[in-house]
Amino acid sequence: MLLEIITPDKKVFSGEVKLIKVPGSKGSFEILKNHAPIISMLDKGTIKIVDLNDEEQFFEINGGVIENKGNRIIVLAESV
Amino acid sequence: MANLKEIRNRIASVKTTRQVTSAMKMVSAAKLKKAQDSILQIRPYADKLYEILTSLSASLENAEDSVYTQQREPEKVLLVVINSNRGLCGAFNSNISKRAIELALTKYPQQLKTGKLQFLPIGKQAEKFLKSNKFPTIKAHNEVFDSLNFESTALISSELLTNFTNKKYDRVELVYNKFKNAAVQIVTAEQFLPVEIQEKKKTATGNFNFIYEPSQEYIVQELIPRSLRIQFYKALLDSNAAEHGARMTAMHKATDNATDLIRDLTLTFNKARQAAITNEILEVTNGAEALNG
Repeated sequence: MLLEIITPDKKVFSGEVKLIKVPGSKGSFEILKNHAPIISMLDKGTIKIVDLNDEEQFFEINGGVIENKGNRIIVLAESV
Repeated sequence: MANLKEIRNRIASVKTTRQVTSAMKMVSAAKLKKAQDSILQIRPYADKLYEILTSLSASLENAEDSVYTQQREPEKVLLVVINSNRGLCGAFNSNISKRAIELALTKYPQQLKTGKLQFLPIGKQAEKFLKSNKFPTIKAHNEVFDSLNFESTALISSELLTNFTNKKYDRVELVYNKFKNAAVQIVTAEQFLPVEIQEKKKTATGNFNFIYEPSQEYIVQELIPRSLRIQFYKALLDSNAAEHGARMTAMHKATDNATDLIRDLTLTFNKARQAAITNEILEVTNGAEALNG
């Protein structure tokens, strides 16, 4: 899955990931490969990603929105 | 013929001025590069947000019923005048001030008379101009240009949004310089609030059957203020880049002028020197002649 995390000031992350866990406004959820297309608002919280080498990375966000379609994920975060 | 020493002094002073202006030009060029980069940085975010928003509102029936799109009789109007903190950038600031005043006099003369029209200056030059012309201004935000980032501008734009929803203002307009290229700035006045409803375009959401969380309406309502904040930030970034562009051009012209001036002065200096030498030779030969005769 190709993931991009973008804020108004810069592109924070761009690359292949295995898993992403986001603080959705109806509760936190994970997206794995071939997840159904989704657009969701995000609350303040932590994004966790697992990349292809099974290494974890964390990003603190201040709310935002996530869009997933066809294994392409874009996270628009207010600030990181 | 002018005094030799005088001319020499003038050449020296013009040379120092040229040094200053060319240094300023270089600084502006570097800052312009940086400002342009941040415009490029924001573009993917703004584009994506816009894409999501339009595709969502296209599939929604009453997406326009937001508090931010409410059209009211423009009784209380706020003009946001975006200028720079510093001068020496040609007509950059005066163009904006002129446009703002023109807008106030032609579009909102009634509100101006009754004091319902207020100005929010951003940038010291705008504040100075508006205050000296006795226009009703509210607290200026000059500090945003010290370090232009999304968070600091979001504070101002959020304030504008709440003031609009609280009905403190019925309309907010932005007046700023749009960056076209280093030499060209476009003076722009655009309506910030209420949001003007655009012609709905059916953007293909593709064949994706999206899950919306929590709901489509909620997402649209949440995204509108966000995109407004982005729009405001973009205006400031544009103005910032335009300012550096304007200053660069102005300083470039100043440097050219100084170079011309120096050339003219050197010519006059050489002429004066030659005249002085000729004079001296004349005197010497005259003296010798007198002794011989």
